Amino acid sequence: MAMERREFLKSAAAASAASAIGMTVPSDVQAAATSAQGDWRWDKAACRFCGTGCGIMMATKEGRIVAVKGDPAAPVNRGLNCIKGYFNAKIMYGADRLTKPLLRVNAKGEFDKHGKFAEVSWERAFDEMEHHIKKALKASGPEGVGVFASGQYTVMEGYAAQKMMKGGFRSNAIDPNARHCMASAVVGFYQTFGIDEPSGCYDDIELTDTIISWGANMAEMHPILWSRVTDRKLTDPDRVKVINMSTYRHRTSDLADIEIIFSPNTDLALWNYIAREIVYNNPEAIDWDFVKKHIVFAASPVNMGYGMRRTGEKSLKDGKYTALEMETISKEMKTIVSEKEAPALKPYGYKAGDEMIHKPAGLKHWEISFEEYKKFLEPYTLDYVAEISKGDPNESIDSFKKKLQTLADLYIEKGRKVVSFWTMGMNQHTRGTWVNTLSYNVHFLLNKQARPGSGAFSLTGQPSACGTAREVGTFCHRLPADMMVKNPKHRKITENAWKIPAGTLNPVGNQHIMKIHRDIEDGVVKFAWVNVCNPYQDTASATHWIKAAREMDNFIVTSDGYPGISAKVSDLILPSAMIYEKWGAYGNAERRTQHWRQQVLPVGDAMSDTWQWIELSKRFTVKDVWGEQPLRGKNKDGSPKKLPNVIAKAKAMGYNEDTTMFEILFANEKAKSFKVDLKDGIQGGYDDSESRGDSRNVVGSDGKVFEGYGFFIHKYLFEEYAEFGRGHAHDLAPFDVYHKVRGLKWPVVDGKETQWRFNVKYDPYAAKANAKAGTNNSHAFYGTLAKALTQGDLMGIKDKKKKSLKNKAKIFARPYMDPPEMPDETYDMWMSTGRVLEHWHSGTMTMRVPELYRAVPEALCYMHPTDAKKRGVKRGELVNIESRRGSVKARVETRGRNRPPEGLAFVPWFDEKVFINKVCLDATCPQSKQTDFKKCAIKITKA
Amino acid sequence: MKKEALSDRRKFILTMARGIGLSAMGALAWSAYVGEVKAAPLILRPPGALPEEDFLKTCIKCGLCVEACPYDTLMLAKPGDNNPIGTPFFIPKDIACYMCDDIPCVPICPTGALDTASVQSEVDGEMVWDIKKMDMGIAVVDVQSCIAFWGIQCDACYRACPLMDEAIVIEYDKNERTGKHAFMKPVVISDVCTGCGLCERACVTEKPAIFVLPNEVALGKAGDHYIKGWDKADEARLKDAKGETTTTELSKESALDSLNDMGDLY
Repeated sequence: MAMERREFLKSAAAASAASAIGMTVPSDVQAAATSAQGDWRWDKAACRFCGTGCGIMMATKEGRIVAVKGDPAAPVNRGLNCIKGYFNAKIMYGADRLTKPLLRVNAKGEFDKHGKFAEVSWERAFDEMEHHIKKALKASGPEGVGVFASGQYTVMEGYAAQKMMKGGFRSNAIDPNARHCMASAVVGFYQTFGIDEPSGCYDDIELTDTIISWGANMAEMHPILWSRVTDRKLTDPDRVKVINMSTYRHRTSDLADIEIIFSPNTDLALWNYIAREIVYNNPEAIDWDFVKKHIVFAASPVNMGYGMRRTGEKSLKDGKYTALEMETISKEMKTIVSEKEAPALKPYGYKAGDEMIHKPAGLKHWEISFEEYKKFLEPYTLDYVAEISKGDPNESIDSFKKKLQTLADLYIEKGRKVVSFWTMGMNQHTRGTWVNTLSYNVHFLLNKQARPGSGAFSLTGQPSACGTAREVGTFCHRLPADMMVKNPKHRKITENAWKIPAGTLNPVGNQHIMKIHRDIEDGVVKFAWVNVCNPYQDTASATHWIKAAREMDNFIVTSDGYPGISAKVSDLILPSAMIYEKWGAYGNAERRTQHWRQQVLPVGDAMSDTWQWIELSKRFTVKDVWGEQPLRGKNKDGSPKKLPNVIAKAKAMGYNEDTTMFEILFANEKAKSFKVDLKDGIQGGYDDSESRGDSRNVVGSDGKVFEGYGFFIHKYLFEEYAEFGRGHAHDLAPFDVYHKVRGLKWPVVDGKETQWRFNVKYDPYAAKANAKAGTNNSHAFYGTLAKALTQGDLMGIKDKKKKSLKNKAKIFARPYMDPPEMPDETYDMWMSTGRVLEHWHSGTMTMRVPELYRAVPEALCYMHPTDAKKRGVKRGELVNIESRRGSVKARVETRGRNRPPEGLAFVPWFDEKVFINKVCLDATCPQSKQTDFKKCAIKITKA
Repeated sequence: MKKEALSDRRKFILTMARGIGLSAMGALAWSAYVGEVKAAPLILRPPGALPEEDFLKTCIKCGLCVEACPYDTLMLAKPGDNNPIGTPFFIPKDIACYMCDDIPCVPICPTGALDTASVQSEVDGEMVWDIKKMDMGIAVVDVQSCIAFWGIQCDACYRACPLMDEAIVIEYDKNERTGKHAFMKPVVISDVCTGCGLCERACVTEKPAIFVLPNEVALGKAGDHYIKGWDKADEARLKDAKGETTTTELSKESALDSLNDMGDLY
C-alpha cells in the first residue's frame, strides 16, 4: 500500500506551482483585518488550539460569536484550518459553561473542604482566597503559595500572574503546563544556544529537501504544517524525502518514504549513530571551518536520576507510596547498568552489572575536546544501535539496518537540505534535554543549522507555550526575556522595571509543576491556583495529586470555563472568560506573535484571568508580603534561608505599609498613561471588560459593580512586558502594530521580522555580534546563558577555570540510557500516551463540541492484534490497563489510526473517563523537569 | 448505570417490534406495515444479509441478530420507522456497525437470511470470519459539503474507517490558492467499503458529508462490453458478458419493414 501511495504521489505532482516563498497575497484578501458586512462583524484572531498559530477571523453577531473562517492573509495557514480550528466558534458555548464563582460550603454557608459547591459572589470568592493565601504564607512562607500556569495563557494574563506571584507574593511556585510540553526543548536551547526558541521558521518547509519527524505525529498534531509538508512532497516527490521516526505507526507514516519504528528511549542512540556515521565514516562531511568558528564540545554527568522523588522526602517517609511504586522510584537513587546500556556507558567507566549511584546533577556541564567527543561516539556502531533500537519485533534486523543507513546518508548527503522536526516524543523523555541537544549535534557537524531549509526545529504543542510560558517567563526559574530568577543582575533589572524594592524577588526557583504537586502532597504548598490548564487530569501518577488536594489541609482554586477534573478537585472555582471574550496575544512555534481584540462579552459573570489576578492584588499590601519571609533549607553558613524585609526600602520608594500590590504592580502611574481612547483606531467598537467594565454590570470583588480600571490595561501589560526584550534579541513590535498585521516573527528590528536567527545574513543581532567580535563568520550564536565553561573530559571537570565561548554553540556528548521503568515479566508492555487530532488536551473544550464528541467519543487502547489475541481480547472489548500506580479501563482497537508494534500500547489522554494519567509515571528529565508521558510499563488484561 | 437503563429501554423496543412483526395486528398497525413493507429503498441491513427481496422472504423477524449485536447497532423496525416492520436494520449516524471480528449477528440467524458463507473466507482449509467481505452498503462523499475538499485538514472519516487506507484512502492534491498547502481528500474505494457507517458517524459537518447508502442506490454499473485495457483484473467482468442484441428507436423495427416504409422521404 505504502509503495502504491508513493507512486501515486509522484504522478500527482503538479508540473508547476506558485512558489510559496514570497508568493504575494491576492489583493482581495489583503483587506483590512476588520470588516463589517450585513449584521455581523469580522475581526482577526488566532486559533485557540495548537502551537502552529493559524490566523482566523471571527464573525460576531448580537454579542455572540457565530462563525469562524481561516484568515486568507495569514502566512501560516492562508485561510485554511484543521478540524479543531474549524470549530473555534463553538468552543465557548457549551451548555455547562461556568458562570458564577462556586465554593464548597457546609449547611451554614461556611467554607467546608468536604462541602458541596454552591454559588457565591466574586467578593466572597476573593475573601476566601485572601484568607487562605495569608494562611499559607504564614504556614510555609512564599513557597506555600503555588500556581499551575499555562502555555494557553494570553501574554497579558501570564505577565499579570507572574508579576503578582514573583513581585507580590515573592513566590516562584508558578509553573505552566508547558513544563509537560516544552521544557526539554527549552533547556536544550539554553544549553546549546544560550537563548530559547528555534533558529528557523515554517518557511523551512517549502525550502527543504528532507523532512525528518522525530517523535512527532505532525499529521494529527500539526495538521496545517503537515499539509505544507505534503505540498512540499507533492511538488518534488523524487527529490523530497520524508522520514517518520516513531515508536509506533501513526498517520505521519502515510506520506513517509521511510518509517523507522524504534524501541522507546533509543532515539538517543539513533542520533548518536548518525553523528558517529559522520565522524567515523564520513569525516569529509564535517564542515570544519564552520565547526571551528562556531562550536565547542561539552559533556555532563550521566548518573543524574530520573526526576522522581528521592529518599527522605516527606511523602515517601509517610508511606504514601506503595511497595510496587517504590520498585520504580528506587531507581532514582540507584540503578544497575544493563546489558543494553552498557556499551554506551563504557566511555564513562561503567560496565554491565555495575551499580550506578544517582545524584542530583543540576544543569552543570563542561567543555571537552573533539577527541573526547569522538571517543564518546565510538560505541554507536550500526550493529549496536540497530540491535537496541529496533522497535518492531516482526521487522528483520537487516531491513532495519538498511533504513538507519539511509537515514544517516540523507543527513550527510552534500547539498541536501534537512529539517528535523520533533514534539513530545523527544520532549517527554527522562533524557529529554539530552536528546534535544543531540539533534543539534548532527545539524552542526554538517553546517545544516540556522540556514534556510535546514535545521533542527522544535515544534510547539500549545498556542502560547512560546509566546507566554517561555517568552513572558511563567516558569518557576524564569523572568521575562530569558532572564533567570537566580541571576542577581536579572532580578535587579526586573525589580527596577516593576518599581519594587531591591531584594524583593526570590532567588530560589525550583518549584516546577511536578514539585508543586509533590509539595502539596508533602504539606508545604497550602494554596494552589489553577489557571488555563487542567493539572489534575494532565499530570502523571494522578491519584497522588488528587488525593493530596482533596484529603489534606490546603485550598485549591481553579479558574476555568468548564467543569473539568481540576475544577472538581478544587475548593473554589472561578468562572473565567474564554479566549475571544478577552483581549489577548499568543506566540507560536516560529516566534510569531499574534494579537486579537475582545470580540464578545464573557458568558454569565465570568471574568478574565487577568482581572482575577489584578483583583486579588488589591487584597495584599506592602506589610502583608514584603516583610521578612522564610524559605526552605539552609544557607552555606547553616542559617535558615529567608527573604529580606524590604518594607523600609519600599517606603523609601514612596510606598507605605498599606499600599496595595494593585497600586504598585498594576494601577501605577505608567499604567495610567495608557489611556482608554476609543478613537485610537484600536479600542473603538470593541468591548474591554477590564479597562472599561461592561454592560453586564458584573458585581466585582468589592461587592460593587465593576466599572473598569479606567486605563488601557492590556496595552500597558503588553508594552511593559515587551520592554524587557527590546534591544535584547527578543524585540517585539509596538502593541498597535500587531492589530494591523498578521503576526510578526521576533526579533522585530526596524519593523522587520526575522526568519533565521543566528545567521548573519538574516538576523540583525547575529550581524551585530559578528561585527562586534570583529569576525567574518556566517553565524553568531549570541545567546548569553552558560557561555563560559570549565574544561574536562567525559568523566568530569579537570580545570575549573572558565573559558568564554562567546557567539558559539555546543555539541554535547550524551549517551543512551535506559528509562527507569521498562517492561518486565509482570508489567510486560510499554505504554505511551498522546493526543488525537479531534481533541485538544484534556478535552474540556472539544469534548463539548457535539461534532467532535461524536467523531471521537472515547479514548481507545491501541495495540497490536497479536498482543490482543495473546490476552484473549477482541477489538472493541474492554481491557484493564494496569501499571504499578493504577489502572483504567478502555476499549481495544487493533486497527485504525495508530498501529503499535507488538509489545507497546498507545492510549490518548483527552478522555476523563479513560483517566490514563492514573497509569502514567511521573518520572521527568532531571534537567528540564518535563514528565515522560511516553514510557511506562503496563499489563493489559481482559476486563 | 446509564448503559443498563438504555439496554432496558432497548429490550422493550425490541420486544414491541417483535410483537408487531409476528402477531396479528390491529388495522392501524397493519396499514402501517403494508406501507412500510414497500418503502424501504434506503434501508441498511446487517452484515451477510441476502439481497433485499430474498431477505424479506427469509427473515422471520426473530430479533436474534439484534440481541447478538454488542454495540446496540442493530434495531428491529417499528411502525413509523418507514421500514418493513420487525426486520433488522441500522442507522450509522446514530450507531454504526463496528465490524466485530467474529461478526456475532450472522451465525445466530436461524433462517440464513444473514448468510454465514457470504462473510467468511477460507484460510488453510478452514472457513474463518472475514469482515472485509461484509457488504451492508457503501459510503458516498458529497464533495460540496465535505470540508476536506475545501482544504480543511479533517479526514475524520478516514481515521474512523476500520479499513483505513483500504476502504477510504486519501488523495493528495496541491492547493494552488495558498501555494503551500495540500488538500487531503477522502476517497471511498467502493469495492472495499463495507458500509459500516463509522465514517458517517465521525463526520464533523452538521449533516454528514459522507454517508452510507445501500449498494443498489449508491452504485452505478459500467457495462461489461468494455474492459479496462490497463487492468487485468477487470476481465473478471467478462464472465457474465453476453453478445446482447441492441435496440434503439431507430433499430426497433425489422430491416425489411423500415426499408419498405418510404414515409416522407421525398
